[in-house]
Amino acid sequence: MNPFQFTRVTTPQAAVSTISKTAGTYFLAGGTNLIDLIKREVIIPEQLVDITKLPLAAIEKTSSGIRIGAMAKNSAVADHELIKKHFPLLSMALNAGASAQLRNMATVGGNMMQRTRCSYFYDNSMPCNKRGPVQSGPDKGQPNGPGGCGAIGGSNRMHAIFGASAKCIAVHPSDMCIALAALDATVNITGPKGDRSISFTEFHRLPGDIPQKDNTLAPAELITSVDLPTNAFAEHSYYLKVRDRASYAFALVSVGVGLEMKGKIIQQARLAMGGVAHKPWRLSEAEQFLKGKEASEFNFKQAATLAMASAKGYGENDFKLTLAPNSIVEALQIATENA
Amino acid sequence: MEQENLTNEPERPNASRRDFLKQSGVLAAIALTPPVAIAAVDQGLDQKLATAFEQQPLRVQINGVAKQLSVEPRVTLLDLLREQLHLTGTKKGCDHGQCGACTVHLDGQRINSCLTLALMTEGAKVTTIEGLASGDKLHPMQEAFIKHDGFQCGYCTPGQIMSAVACIGEGHADTPEQVREYMSGNICRCGAYANIVEAVMEVKNKGGQL
Ligand SMILES: Cc1cc2nc3c(=O)[nH]c(=O)nc-3n(C[C@H](O)[C@H](O)[C@H](O)COP(=O)(O)OP(=O)(O)OC[C@H]3O[C@@H](n4cnc5c(N)ncnc54)[C@H](O)[C@@H]3O)c2cc1C
Ligand code: SF4
Ligand code: FES
Ligand code: FES
Repeated sequence: MNPFQFTRVTTPQAAVSTISKTAGTYFLAGGTNLIDLIKREVIIPEQLVDITKLPLAAIEKTSSGIRIGAMAKNSAVADHELIKKHFPLLSMALNAGASAQLRNMATVGGNMMQRTRCSYFYDNSMPCNKRGPVQSGPDKGQPNGPGGCGAIGGSNRMHAIFGASAKCIAVHPSDMCIALAALDATVNITGPKGDRSISFTEFHRLPGDIPQKDNTLAPAELITSVDLPTNAFAEHSYYLKVRDRASYAFALVSVGVGLEMKGKIIQQARLAMGGVAHKPWRLSEAEQFLKGKEASEFNFKQAATLAMASAKGYGENDFKLTLAPNSIVEALQIATENA
Repeated sequence: MEQENLTNEPERPNASRRDFLKQSGVLAAIALTPPVAIAAVDQGLDQKLATAFEQQPLRVQINGVAKQLSVEPRVTLLDLLREQLHLTGTKKGCDHGQCGACTVHLDGQRINSCLTLALMTEGAKVTTIEGLASGDKLHPMQEAFIKHDGFQCGYCTPGQIMSAVACIGEGHADTPEQVREYMSGNICRCGAYANIVEAVMEVKNKGGQL
């Protein structure tokens, strides 16, 4: 690792003002993604601001649901009684991610901000449009490795089938974020210009012409918490994660489902997919279609067909065009039976 | 040991520490020091000086012993343990969070020390494999790994044992299936998994005794 400065802060205000002062400064939460990227020189920071001592780890009831602090550990959220009871989809998604050790370190804010696992992005001798310029040191401002997208026409087995651009076909790798997108979460943010809240589905973005930008967080902004509104999906929730080995691997495709049922009839449906796009991919058309319909394999297959309308493969990942709809149907079936 | 050796990594080409010093905010620190220090930089003592400037104090309890240390921000907990404190029981496998060989307990919770900066442990309690036994009496999990042959080469073993102790403590060792899932962060290249699961289940079923 290259040398960098290290500053510890204890208030969100100090975190924001410290990061605002020096270019190439990053918040350090669990470190599980940032330290990895620094070791690989994908990020070469000038300074890290240790935010692990911020008082933002609470998980508490609010008038409209539950608020989860940005510094809450992934394991603490997954094992929390309120989350297991009212938002089992979130528990399932978190427990499907990484390992027990990593979940003890990783935070909610850091999980949202984790970078893609595209192998070209991770190797700065390979072409990639996402890495952007070197952040500090003698090469500051120079491109960090060659430009272009190595994955288009290259090794793209893990890559997107929805919403990609000619500049980048990477996916956002988080499991937790799939559940939060499906459950209509809101993100609370503080920054140099004050506080704001945005809907979770608007937090991450598609690559378009600026694949360097994963999300809509402005420079120096800090995620403080995530709000989950009360819902009636707890009894019929499921997170299906398909991967190359049974555990400790990123998703090829994942599906988060929440159903509100009355007898055999679906009152409300929530569906989001992971491993398929640059952001958690909410399946709004399929949700609309399922509303008021009977929970049957026939209807599930139709919903999956609707969801796949805009899908496009890039070669090695063409198998996802079959795996994804099959996974949607299976996740819906299991969620229907859960109770 | 020479402090410069705390990270055994080559510098990036073209990026000498001196260049870094000149370009970074560390310069501000130099500006406040006597001219002799600046002269030292000019005479090529920059390497040692840079290290001195970059080190920060760290107070941490390791295996029950309170330590006052001085470390560079870029030093991981794993490298601090192995290189500075010579606690080489904790192993470096992948150095990227992918194998679990470096598992230690931080305030009682299992973590990967390779992705934790040493400075992040300020005020915390760290337990390594060296801190598990009480005197000459092995921890029940250590006994169980021996009894069940939970290893071949032994490289992953300290991480497996630290992880297994925490796995039971978390309440994630109710069934062999659950143990397999919650121990998946510890890779064993020798494939001793079946015996590891047996060892964990026996310690669990005997309430932590063997
Ligand atoms: C081997 C391995 C396997 C993994 N497998 C999975 C998996 O299967 N599924 C999965 O979902 N994830 C997986 N992960 C990724 C893991 O979930 C993330 O690394 C983790 O969630 C990041 O959280 P952190 O707190 O450690 O973030 P850090 O590494 O500390 O930070 C990540 C980024 O977020 C920024 N940041 C952190 N907190 C905030 C905040 N409050 N406001 C603004 N910015 C912030 C940091 O500046 C940094 O840029 C895996 C990781 C590893 C190493
Ligand atoms: S897919 Fe995106 S992250 Fe991967 S090489 Fe292409 S530009 Fe880089
Ligand atoms: S050395 Fe830390 S996980 Fe492999
Ligand atoms: S015993 Fe050899 S790696 Fe596990």
